[in-house]
Amino acid sequence: MAVPETQFSKPSRQAIMGALGDRLFKGAALFFATLVLVVLAAIIIMLFKDAWPAFQTFGLDFFISDKWDVVNDQYGALIPIVGTLVTSFIAILIGIPVSFGIALFITLMAPEWLKRPVGIAVELLAAVPSIIYGMWGLFYFAPWFSENLQPLLTDTLGELPWFGQFFQGPPIGVSLFTAGVILAIMIIPFIASVMRDMFEVVPKDLKESAFAMGSTTWEVVWKVILPYTKVGVIGGIMLGLGRALGETMAVTFVVGNAQELMAGLFYPGSTIASTLANEFNEADGLHMSSLIALGLILFIITFIVLAISKVFLNRLGRVQEGRSS
Amino acid sequence: MTRYQRRKVVNAFNLAASIAVTLFGLVMLGWILSILFAKGFAHINWAVFTEMTPPPGEAGGLLNAIVGTLMLTVVAVLIGTPVGIMAGTYLAEYGGKSRFSNVVRFINDILLSAPSIVVGVFVYTLLVSPVGHFSGWAGGVALAILVVPVVVRTTEDMLKLVPPQIREAAAALGAPRWKVTVHVVYKAALSGMITGLLLATARIMGETAPLLFTALSNNFWSTDMNRPIANMPVVIYQYALSPYEDWQNLAWAAALLITISVLAMNIFARYGLKSRNQKP
Repeated sequence: MAVPETQFSKPSRQAIMGALGDRLFKGAALFFATLVLVVLAAIIIMLFKDAWPAFQTFGLDFFISDKWDVVNDQYGALIPIVGTLVTSFIAILIGIPVSFGIALFITLMAPEWLKRPVGIAVELLAAVPSIIYGMWGLFYFAPWFSENLQPLLTDTLGELPWFGQFFQGPPIGVSLFTAGVILAIMIIPFIASVMRDMFEVVPKDLKESAFAMGSTTWEVVWKVILPYTKVGVIGGIMLGLGRALGETMAVTFVVGNAQELMAGLFYPGSTIASTLANEFNEADGLHMSSLIALGLILFIITFIVLAISKVFLNRLGRVQEGRSS
Repeated sequence: MTRYQRRKVVNAFNLAASIAVTLFGLVMLGWILSILFAKGFAHINWAVFTEMTPPPGEAGGLLNAIVGTLMLTVVAVLIGTPVGIMAGTYLAEYGGKSRFSNVVRFINDILLSAPSIVVGVFVYTLLVSPVGHFSGWAGGVALAILVVPVVVRTTEDMLKLVPPQIREAAAALGAPRWKVTVHVVYKAALSGMITGLLLATARIMGETAPLLFTALSNNFWSTDMNRPIANMPVVIYQYALSPYEDWQNLAWAAALLITISVLAMNIFARYGLKSRNQKP
């Protein structure tokens, strides 16, 4: 928008000030928009700078060694990396069907008066601070899990050939599996709200044509709505995965914080985030550098996952994913 | 079973499963909140608001942590909001669909969900390790980095909802563009922008991970932002994992206070303001 100028006389003082103000305001806006990019660059540069001694000392071994030995100053990131991936994988494995069911219930099944309360409740699940999940998980969920669900799983899935070995472990409640279950509960609201937004934008004609052809509700969902929203649904799942990978406090409380590579899901383990939370404040030298390297690895993994999520979601137009937490 | 019957059975089963998982979600929320309320209210008393965090085995309260959390939150919001609003304004009013603004949008959305613990590590390398000690300022900056993406996003979304005719009308009266933005567009989008601010505040109030390596905590009364400062989330973390029952009880009380504040802000931001927003 050009500054309105009168053509008949010199520009007034006000007009000049207006133009100056415009330039300053736009400049400031541009500066702060650039700042967003600067923060990202600064995170990567600073972490890389401080992680460099660890990368230099251990080289590629850092990524494949399972020795995290503070006493001998030997560090390998394999255990936390595997722990992070395993817990997040359990989380989306449980989270996808549950979120899908919730989104389906809210969009297609719930009567009008029930949609809002259920929607609010699910969003509240996202608003509860992570540390509250941690306390609840450690003091209530983990004991309940080890007494009820874990024996059941060990007696059934644990009996399977080969596969069964993953479902063995001591009945102490804190384990990679417990962490995965709690992560699942934490990411359900994010995935469910993306799915719900997606399902709601499916054109009515499509749904009603399918119903008119005699489809059942499930067939409409499975054969019309899901194919139509596929891209966005994948984006939502990736968003949930990104959240799960970096979640710290809840996991730190229930994962058991053991730096040992265990074959079973019911053994205590650790993730990148929980290792950072536990050890960062007592670390120095190479230990500190290795921890910062872990942070950098976590940031890069989540960045890639979230970027994929964004690309998928952008394809289906902007949705309010995240909705903040 | 005929094909028709099978389709009906599959349908009924899957819809029932969908109701079941919805109930699962609600039961989990109910379980968490009921425990939190039962344990929290049992240990909330006057001392919680008037006394300092105690040494193990003694009675005490959370006053220093409550004040510390309020200070950290205010600092984070004061730093994060102007940055977020200006960046959001750029995206909505100037940037349009240029490549630069698309990149900023993309990165901002990623920062929105980036792990908060990494932000803590980043601020540690930036503001703690060069200085040599933990500080309230570092904690405030870490939280501010979490505020910015939320505010950028809501500001842009809300400004875009303002009809272009309003801008044109103001410009036609001779107002320079920045005045149009500040006096007209912001006013029209005000309640939406406040919603974003409240959501951002709610998000950081319960954040623990970024404070562990920045503000740390402090068992004594201190309002000096250059020193470690007590705050609710880290106190909850330390006390909940301690072996002392008094400390665990205080942790539950603190957890309840934080959760109530965060949930109340969320509900107010989403539903309290929205209804007023409907009639601008």
